[in-house]
Amino acid sequence: MNCQEIIHELSNFIDGELDGATKLELERHLMDCKECRLVVNQTKKTIEIFCDCEPIELPGEVRNRLHEALRRKLREATQ
Amino acid sequence: MEAGRLFSLRHILSTPNPHRLPSTVARDDEHLLVAAAKSGDVAAFEELVNRYERKIFRLTMNITGNREDAEDAMQDAFLKSYSHLKTFQGDSRFYTWLVRIAANEALMRLRKRRPNQFSLDEPVAGDEDLMPRELQDWGPGPEQRFAQTEMREILSSVIEELEPDYRMVFVLRDIEELSTEDTASALGISVPAVKSRLLRARLKLRQKLNRYFQQGGAN
Repeated sequence: MNCQEIIHELSNFIDGELDGATKLELERHLMDCKECRLVVNQTKKTIEIFCDCEPIELPGEVRNRLHEALRRKLREATQ
Repeated sequence: MEAGRLFSLRHILSTPNPHRLPSTVARDDEHLLVAAAKSGDVAAFEELVNRYERKIFRLTMNITGNREDAEDAMQDAFLKSYSHLKTFQGDSRFYTWLVRIAANEALMRLRKRRPNQFSLDEPVAGDEDLMPRELQDWGPGPEQRFAQTEMREILSSVIEELEPDYRMVFVLRDIEELSTEDTASALGISVPAVKSRLLRARLKLRQKLNRYFQQGGAN
């Protein structure tokens, strides 16, 4: 596998969707290629950082408006 | 809802703080809440809203990049999910179903606001050169060099720079952790299109974060 092919398989590799032989070949390439290793590790890190970012607390006024609208809807539904 | 029923439901749920839920794990009791809400238990539905409002707001913010649209989309998503709750068959998680509704609401607003920037219906991007060009070491724990609020600003800024069709796929697949199939179905595109856009989105975001994370870079 060359670097271009590694990049094309990057998502499948990260998502664990490669067959055993291709995965092995890719891992062998990564051992020898610093650039691809950097891309793979940084792409994994990118996903991890976005996943780990906890959603912020809903601003109070946004939450109030949401719950007021819901209460209106629920009142209508139960009437 | 009767006080006794509410108490017993809350007791079963044992939710110490609905705002501190882990972001990636469906709580086992979701189906209990949904079943109760479907049978008219208003408090159960409110519990679902409390549980997911922050995540749904993050989703609609990530897609629309506009607070007013994000708020409207979130509100309409919850209202629609309540109106259509009886049609929810339970063949996916409630949260997945809710995410699909919210993504659609956000998508409609995004299309209205930026009609010329949107191409979800267009064919999958071509086989252009994907080789990353900016390769610098980030060092260990690059995100720890930033305060939490600063990091949030960086993430929302780089995701907003992403083209909407890539952004949608990344948000649903990697942040909300929908399956590839659910993402494809939510967006009305094929599985290969999801995979192709996800790869491009991930590579583009890596490159954008490189600005902030490269050692000795902008921070």
